[in-house]
Amino acid sequence: MADVIKKATRDSYGEALAELSDTMPNLFVLDADLAKATKTITFKKKCPERFVDCGIAESNMMGIAAGLAATGKVVFASTFAMFAAGRAFDQVRNSIGYPHLNVKIGATHAGISVGEDGATHQCNEDIALMRTIPGMVIINPADDIEAKAAVKAAAQYKGPVYLRFGRLAVPVVNSENYQFEIGKGVTLKDGKDVTIIATGLMVSEALKAAEALTTEGISARVINIHTIKPIDKELVIKAAKETGAIVTAEEHNIIGGLGGAVAEILSENCPTPMIRVGVNDEFGTSGAATELLKLYGLSAENIANKAKEVIKKK
Amino acid sequence: MDSKKKLELQKTACKVRMGVIEGTFNAKSGHPGGSLSITDVLTYLYFSEMNIDPKNPAKPDRDRLVLSKGHCAPGLYSVLANRGYFPVEELKRLRKPHEILQGHPDMKSAPGVDMTTGSLGQGISAACGMALSAKLSGESYRVYAILGDGELEEGQVWEASMFAAHRKLDNLCVIVDNNNLQIDGAITEVCSPYPIPEKFAAFGFHVIEINGNCFDDIEKAVSEAKTITGKPTAIICKSVKGKGVSFMENNVDWHGTAPNAEQYEQAMGELKAALAALENA
Repeated sequence: MADVIKKATRDSYGEALAELSDTMPNLFVLDADLAKATKTITFKKKCPERFVDCGIAESNMMGIAAGLAATGKVVFASTFAMFAAGRAFDQVRNSIGYPHLNVKIGATHAGISVGEDGATHQCNEDIALMRTIPGMVIINPADDIEAKAAVKAAAQYKGPVYLRFGRLAVPVVNSENYQFEIGKGVTLKDGKDVTIIATGLMVSEALKAAEALTTEGISARVINIHTIKPIDKELVIKAAKETGAIVTAEEHNIIGGLGGAVAEILSENCPTPMIRVGVNDEFGTSGAATELLKLYGLSAENIANKAKEVIKKK
Repeated sequence: MDSKKKLELQKTACKVRMGVIEGTFNAKSGHPGGSLSITDVLTYLYFSEMNIDPKNPAKPDRDRLVLSKGHCAPGLYSVLANRGYFPVEELKRLRKPHEILQGHPDMKSAPGVDMTTGSLGQGISAACGMALSAKLSGESYRVYAILGDGELEEGQVWEASMFAAHRKLDNLCVIVDNNNLQIDGAITEVCSPYPIPEKFAAFGFHVIEINGNCFDDIEKAVSEAKTITGKPTAIICKSVKGKGVSFMENNVDWHGTAPNAEQYEQAMGELKAALAALENA
């Protein structure tokens, strides 16, 4: 895989915003003193008059976003996932979610792959938090192409959207002609023995795991769930019925994220053996992103092992 | 202010106060105290000042009002009803499931409500967003944000204040209802936000101190705010919690308690007598 192109989805976010500025004169971008890190600086350089730095005050930024949206503007509010979903949860819930305002939250630096900054900045809870807000759309893109498509789809969608981006450069798994649709999961590889349902940077790991399983005679289906809410329930149920075993893979706490969402669907509709791969309800630690992903079991190897384990439960 | 106009506003405020009592009595809950202290300011803004149209609540160039102290919704609702946004009868369905007048203002359900509020400290940020929006697109509408004095204990208020001054939002007017009482007692005892004028001045506001239950003062301050350029204005209103109902005045117990049947009769009796006196004036 030496020739694989890698790019951080935060870079894609900044580029997509800049591209959108040409066709959307009503688009405004907010940040909380992290434009260089969230990459909204790409937009700022192109459209300084439509960029508003709110300073280190994320709660206020969400309110500013709500006020701009209440007066008809399309707003992207950007900061790290920890501060967008965590610190400003009340503001996102009450000032954006409850009035269903047209605010897009661009949350970067999600998950353990933040790296050396350590546990205070590694948000593994944002999907769980955002899932509990009625009407909130949650998109966790897997790569550059999907991230750009997601930003553009979110800009067209009327209502609040939480977009989750990463700091780490990750492999591009989708092709240039990829068609993105909010709420529609993507079957990347067919298979009959087990289904790996992955999201975000774990999608490429899931594909590697499926490849490895093939060499052991195991046929694994791989599904990319980029939209965690509303989730593609039908695709999940179909996979459970057809393959009889599920592994979920996410860079998030195994509680309340993709694994939680899939478990809820399965237990109510077609109980199926499943194992959740994710951060096992613990805080992170400092270290290089790639090292941390291995340390916390967010790897193709672990996914493949769990796939074999879950097949035995059938 | 000419005396005829003042008399009309006083009569309207009296009717608005009746609506506050009617609403909270029927709901058997709600916040009459702070609704009554801010009634005169709300009455002045909606009946004399703001560019609004009750028949077209979403008029794009309208002035906006954000009730950041959202628990005083009965006051806002009564003003909106008396102004013609919806029938006064609606006030009797305050705080009932799926009715338009929710416990705290819901912009999606109640006509005339410009922003959903209730979680303290958040409304002022949204008001800043609206004021910024006008600046960014060259529109001339003004935005009013009404805050409680206890609400000033929320850190977000000062994040928003810093932002408003930094962005020179001279189309923003923050109004603080300084009735000196919050749920747990006097604000000086709970966690004092005093001195309030100095704090807003330090954050870069033009500050005006008035009696919040005096129409002359309110008119003068709101008019002055419109002349200020390059900075937002904060009007600090010394007010009486429970204003207009004798047994509720300056009594912290009426922060979040509804009148019972007997208290309802007494309160309405007092307000009716006050209205009759104004009508005979």
